[in-house]
Amino acid sequence: MTKKSILLLLSALLFIISINKIIAQDKFFTKSGSVSFFSYTLVEDIKADNNQVLSIINTGNGKIVIKMLMRSFHFKKALMQEHFNENYIESYKFPKAIFKGVIKNFSKLEKKDVAKIEGILTIRGVSKKISTVAKITQSNRKIILKGKFKVRVADFDIRIPTVVSKNISKTIIISFELNHKLYK
Amino acid sequence: MKTKILFITIILLSISGFSQDLEDILDAETEETTFNTNATFKGTRIANGHSVETRKKGDFEFLISHRFGRINSGAYNLFGLDNSNIRFGFEYAFTNNLTIALGRSSLEKTYDAYLKYRVLRQKEGKKYFPFSLTYFGSIASKTLKDYDINNKPSFANRLAYTNQLLIARKFNSSFSLQIMPTFVHFNTVQNELDNHDIYALGIGSRVKLSKRFSINAEYYHTINPFESRAVQNSLALGLEIETGGHVFQIILSNSRAMIEKSFIAESTGEFFNGDIHLGFNISRIF
Repeated sequence: MTKKSILLLLSALLFIISINKIIAQDKFFTKSGSVSFFSYTLVEDIKADNNQVLSIINTGNGKIVIKMLMRSFHFKKALMQEHFNENYIESYKFPKAIFKGVIKNFSKLEKKDVAKIEGILTIRGVSKKISTVAKITQSNRKIILKGKFKVRVADFDIRIPTVVSKNISKTIIISFELNHKLYK
Repeated sequence: MKTKILFITIILLSISGFSQDLEDILDAETEETTFNTNATFKGTRIANGHSVETRKKGDFEFLISHRFGRINSGAYNLFGLDNSNIRFGFEYAFTNNLTIALGRSSLEKTYDAYLKYRVLRQKEGKKYFPFSLTYFGSIASKTLKDYDINNKPSFANRLAYTNQLLIARKFNSSFSLQIMPTFVHFNTVQNELDNHDIYALGIGSRVKLSKRFSINAEYYHTINPFESRAVQNSLALGLEIETGGHVFQIILSNSRAMIEKSFIAESTGEFFNGDIHLGFNISRIF
């Protein structure tokens, strides 16, 4: 390598380091996020809540990863919770649901704004592309994401027997509220 | 050229790989939790006898069970279907761990009441515990007027008590095993040769065939059976179907009774001689 190229390399390294400093590489994190899902049918309404959802955002690139244990979903009826884990989700085989995505144009978002989020949701080992919008509220210390989207039960290979097909909706509404704090 | 490649590689490296980084942080921050092992058995019965399961707080369960006559009783009796013993049962779960129930069997016009209490639960995760333990205690009162009118027995004379420890482990999602040390006391026995106190040890199992079907088996070995009667150990095989709030069991057993003191201590059928009773249990939870 010539002297010139060494100089170029060094300046390139300096450039990258400075870029990384300009684009703050802060991470915002929560392990008590809320995710709920709803199924509305004429026969009955089913709701389940999970308040132990983990989520992390990298403010440098807007990347977000959300993870939750399926067995931490609580139902009003304990038998429903048992059926959810045993028959539909098979939590012993697929304990987690993971969302890996990106908050679009993160650096350009206002303090209070509507953010577009795109990514891959994996439930029962089946991955599905999700595209949604969320309300974002941010400050130096926290980032709150709030929103909802719909998924089709069939998209995740969940089979509902005909006997209870009137009790469970084919589309499930998933709502989330993730209250991230600056992660050190 | 080399420098250029290096230059691009460094830039790419500094941009990519953040997502993995985030996942690692989430994994590191995940706290290990404890979960109760659920659905060791689908129903509160393995076949004739009880499983460790109790219903959830506030659940009201209605059970209808039938045992027909012996299959080898011939076509004249439609293979036992003419001769049916029925039991109705009502169970109420006061808490997730405590169930109290009442039942009535047509066989010997017997009323029964029982209490079931979950003492220990199998747990996974941080506070691991290997098995579940449930206590079962029942009283059965025979009201059939099969006595000499001049020698009417008192109410207490016609009672029998059962105490059981139900100890079960769910080994995996499809295989569960239970053992049942049992003590039955009869206030009155038919013959002075017979013990008032009968000890038995039961073993029961569930093998899941699919999410909704399973095969259950249950066997009770009586340690000191009645001497005056040719009693047999109780064996039952069941096919279990679960649909939403229903659990449906089809049973083949050498026992005709559906209450503990009877099928554990008073079964007379010889299973492998064809003294088999077809039966079913239907449960509906409200």
